[in-house]
Amino acid sequence: MKRAFLGELEEIVLLTVAALQESAYCASITQTIEQQMARSISFPTVHTTLQRLEEKGFVSSRMGGATAERGGRQKRLFTVTAAGQRALIDSRQVRSQLWEQIPTQVLQLWGI
Amino acid sequence: MGYLTNGGENHPGPPRWAEWLLSRFTPHGMEDELQGDLQEMFAYWVKTAGLRVARRRYAVAVLRLIRPFSRPVTRPVHDDPQPFPFHPAMIRNYLKIAFRNLVKNGVYSSINIGGLALGMAVAMLIGLWMYDELTFDRYFRNYDRIAKVMQTGNFNGEVFHGSYNPAPMGPELRTKYGDNFTHVIMSSWTDDHILAFGDKKFTRTGNYLSADAPEMLTLKMLGGTRAGLKDPASILLSKSVADALFGTTDPVGKMMKIDNKLDVKVTGVYEDFPYNTEFREMKFIAPWDLYVSSENWVREAQDKVEWGNNSWQVLVQIAPNATFDAVSDKIRDIRLKHSPEVAFLKPKVYLQPMRAWHLYTGWDKAGKVEGRIQYVWLFGIIGVFVLLLACINFMNLSTARSEKRAKEVGIRKAVGSQRSQLISQFFSESLLVVGFAFGLSILLVLLTLPVFNEVADKRIGILWSNPVFWLGCIGFSVLTGLIAGSYPALYLSSFQAVKVLKGTFRVGRFASLPRQVLVVVQFTVSVTLIIGTIIVFRQIEHAKNRPVGYERSGLVTVAMNTPELHQHYNALRSELIRTGAVIDMATSSAPATDLNSQNSGFDWVGKDPNFKENFGTIAVSHDFGKTVGWQFVQGRDLSRQFAGDSSGVVLNETAVRYMGLKEPVGKQIKWNGRPFRIVGVIRDMLMDSPFEPVTQTVYMLDYGWANVINIKLNPARSAGESLAKIETVFRKFNPGSPFDYRFTEQEYASKFASEERIARLASGFAMLAILISCLGLFGLASFVAEQRTKEIGVRKVLGASVANVWVLLSRDFVILVIIALGIATPLAWYLLGNWLQKYTYHTELSWWIFAVSGAGALLVTLLTVSFQSIKAALINPVKSLRSE
Repeated sequence: MKRAFLGELEEIVLLTVAALQESAYCASITQTIEQQMARSISFPTVHTTLQRLEEKGFVSSRMGGATAERGGRQKRLFTVTAAGQRALIDSRQVRSQLWEQIPTQVLQLWGI
Repeated sequence: MGYLTNGGENHPGPPRWAEWLLSRFTPHGMEDELQGDLQEMFAYWVKTAGLRVARRRYAVAVLRLIRPFSRPVTRPVHDDPQPFPFHPAMIRNYLKIAFRNLVKNGVYSSINIGGLALGMAVAMLIGLWMYDELTFDRYFRNYDRIAKVMQTGNFNGEVFHGSYNPAPMGPELRTKYGDNFTHVIMSSWTDDHILAFGDKKFTRTGNYLSADAPEMLTLKMLGGTRAGLKDPASILLSKSVADALFGTTDPVGKMMKIDNKLDVKVTGVYEDFPYNTEFREMKFIAPWDLYVSSENWVREAQDKVEWGNNSWQVLVQIAPNATFDAVSDKIRDIRLKHSPEVAFLKPKVYLQPMRAWHLYTGWDKAGKVEGRIQYVWLFGIIGVFVLLLACINFMNLSTARSEKRAKEVGIRKAVGSQRSQLISQFFSESLLVVGFAFGLSILLVLLTLPVFNEVADKRIGILWSNPVFWLGCIGFSVLTGLIAGSYPALYLSSFQAVKVLKGTFRVGRFASLPRQVLVVVQFTVSVTLIIGTIIVFRQIEHAKNRPVGYERSGLVTVAMNTPELHQHYNALRSELIRTGAVIDMATSSAPATDLNSQNSGFDWVGKDPNFKENFGTIAVSHDFGKTVGWQFVQGRDLSRQFAGDSSGVVLNETAVRYMGLKEPVGKQIKWNGRPFRIVGVIRDMLMDSPFEPVTQTVYMLDYGWANVINIKLNPARSAGESLAKIETVFRKFNPGSPFDYRFTEQEYASKFASEERIARLASGFAMLAILISCLGLFGLASFVAEQRTKEIGVRKVLGASVANVWVLLSRDFVILVIIALGIATPLAWYLLGNWLQKYTYHTELSWWIFAVSGAGALLVTLLTVSFQSIKAALINPVKSLRSE
C-alpha cells in the first residue's frame, strides 16, 4: 500500500494537534499556528485540512468540551492516531537524514 | 461591500446574514463545532485585528465553509437498499390502501366520484358536440377548395349577405373567369319534391345541380357512375331513397318520375351525406338542365340573361393554384357591372369558403359575423365551467378529507415511510378516484347521448377509434388527479411526525381560504346559469305570447306541388267544405308562418322619391282572410261581390305606418306601374321571426301565384278524422302526389326551435351545475360538522340550542353564497343584457328574476347544509364528548 503522503500544511496542522493534545480543536489550532509560526492562516483552510487528515486516518475526533465563550456549543476535539504518529516520525526521520547529509563545513558556514 | 459594513458599527457581533447563512447551510453534522469555533475565532479576531476585520474574516470564512447545494447526507441506519417508491409491490399496496379508504368513507367517495363523473360527462358531451360542429362538412374531400358565391351590400343602412344569385352568374364565372375554377355548379335549392316509381310515391328533399356536381362533392357511388348526371333526363338517388323506392332491386337504369311530370332514368346511387354536412337533406340530385327546361321562369332567366332575378345558388371549386381571397377580388364587381341600377346597394360578390358555411353564416345589421360559432364558444365555456365546478368539488373534498389524515401521515412517518412514498400514495389515491369517475362518465355519456342528440339535433357517437379523443380524456383525467392530489401529496407529506402525533400541529388560519374561494366560484357560475336559463325561457314565453294577428289552431297547409291542384280551385274548395271537416279553404303564395317574398317597386302618393322601399308581398285568394282569421282595423276584406277587388290589396298596420298614410282605405298604390286600391287594413300578422318587428306587407289577390293551400279544420271534429276525409278529396284531385300536410301551429312552434334548444341545454347545464355545487357543499358541510363535533358537544352542554348550532354551522356557507350572488348578479346582468339586445322584440331584465334566482340558490344551499348541521346539532353531547 502506498504510504499516505503528508503535505507541508498537513504536517504543521498534525504537529499542532500533537502539541495541543487534549485541547486540539479547529479554532485553537488556527490560533496556535498563527501565534507561534507568525503565519497567517485562515480558519477554513485549517478546517478543511483537518477533515482531510481525518479522511486519511491521521487524526480521529470526538465531540465535547462545550464552553460559554462558544455559546455552549460542543467542540470537535482531535487526537493523533497511531498512523498519524508514524507519519510524523517518518517525516522527521527523512528530514534528519537529509540534515545529516549536509557537510559539516557547510553547516559551519551557515553559522549553525 | 456595502451590506457587509452597513449597520455593522452598531452591532458588535458577526454579520447577521453570515450567521444566518451559516445556520442554514452548514454541512450536515457540523453545526455545533463550526458555529462554536467561528464564535471563538470572531472574538479572537476582534482582539487581534479589530471589529471590522473580524467581521470580514467571519463572512469570508462562512462563505467558504457553507455547502448550499449539498443535501444532508443521511447515513442509512441499516444496510437495506433504499426503498423504491414505485416498486410494483408498493403500487399494489398504494392502490389497496386507496381502495380501503374509498370504501371506508362511502359517502364522500360516492359524492366525489359521482360529482366528478357528472362533470366529466358533461364536458365530454360538449366536447363531442363542439367536435361535431367544428368538423362540419369535413366529409367532402374538396373541403378546402369549395365555396359558395355570395352577395353582400347595404340596404337602408343595414348590411345584408345572401347566397341568392342570378341565373347567368354560373355561365359568367365559367366563361370569363374559368381559369380560377375547377367546377362551377348551379343549384336550385334543396326542396321538397315528389318521387314516384310505380305505385310508390314519396316526398323527398333534393336538388337540381350542374353535371359536374358529383365530381366536386366527391359522391361515394354505390351503383352507377358520377357521370350519370350528364344525361339531361337522369337522377342520382341517395342510398336511403333508393332503398325506399326500389327495395332490394337494383335501381340503376329504371325509369321514374319527379313531381309527377318529369320522366327520368336512375343513373346512379350514392352514399347518403353524413348528418353533419350542409347537404344532408340532399336525398337526390337531378340535372340542372332538366330544371331549366322544365320551369319556364328559370329558362327565361337563363336565356334572357336576367341579372335582376336572384333566385339560385352557385357553388364553385376553385382551381388548385387559386385562393379564395384572390378570386373574390376578381369577381367582386360582377353584379355591379351587369345590373348598374342596383349601384345604390353597393353590391359585392365574393366567395364564402366551405369551412365558413356552417359556423360563420349569419350577420348582424352592421355586417359583423354572428354565426353558430358563438354557440360553439358559449357551450365550450359552459363545458369548461361545469368541469371546473366538478374539479373544484373534487379538490375541496380531497383537501378537506386529507386534513383528517394528518395523523395517518404522522404514524406512517414514525414507522419509516419516506416522503416520496407518501406522495405516491396520495397521488395514486386521487388517480384511482379519477379513474373510477372517468369510467362512470363514459357510461353516463353512453346513456345520455340519444337524448342529447335529440335535443341538440345531432347524430353524435363516442369517438371510440379517435386517438385524440382518448388522449384528451386520459390527459385530462391524469391532470385532474394530479392537481386534486397535489395538496395532500405535497403538503401533508411534509408534516413532521412528532408535531402531528403530539397534537401541536395546527392547520393554518387560512387553510380554508382557497376552499371558500372555490365555493364562491362554484356558486357564481351556478347562479349565473340559473339566471340565464330563466331569462332565456322568459324571452321565449314573451315571444310566444305575442299577438300573431290570425288564428293558428286548426290551420293546415298543403303544398301545391303538382299542376293539377292549380286548375280546380273552386271545385276543390266546395268539395272540401262539403265533407264537413273543413270550414274554409284558400290558396296563397306563402303559408301564414313564412313571409317568403319581399319586393320593391312600389309607389304611392306622398312617397319620398329617394326612399328605397321594401314590402313583403303575399298573393292570396278571396277566402284567405276567412280561412286564417285575420282581423281588420279599417276597411273590409277582399270580396267576390266587388268586381274591382281583383286589383284590391290589403295592407297590414305596419305598412300603413311605413308609408305614412293617414286615411289608407280607398287610396291607390302602384307596384311596377300596375295600380292597386287599398280595401282594408289588418292587424299585423306575424309571419316572420317572432323576435323581430312585423314586416310591412301587401296582400294582393292573385289565384295564379299560389304555392300553398290553407285549410281551416272544423273545430267540432277530431283532426285525425278530418284529415282522413281531406285526404280522400286530395286523392281525387291530385292522384299523382302523396297527401302531405303541415299544421300551422307546429310550424309556428318551430320558429322557436333554436331558442328552445338553447333554453333546454342551458337549463340542463344549470341544473347540473347546481347539482354538482350542492354535492360539493354537502360534502364540505358534513366535513365541517364532523370536525366540530366536540365543539358542538361543548356548546350544547353549556346550553346552546339546536337552532344556535344550526345557525353556527350554516352561517359560513350562507355568507359564501351571498358573496357569490353579489358577483353573479352584475355578471348575468351584463351577459344577458347583451344577449337580449340581439332581439328587437325582447323581454326586460326584471329585478325579480335576480331575486328569485338568489333566493333559490340560498334555499338550496340551506337545505343542503341544514341536513348536515341539524344532524350534527342533534347528536347527544354525551356521545361526542365521551372520548375525552
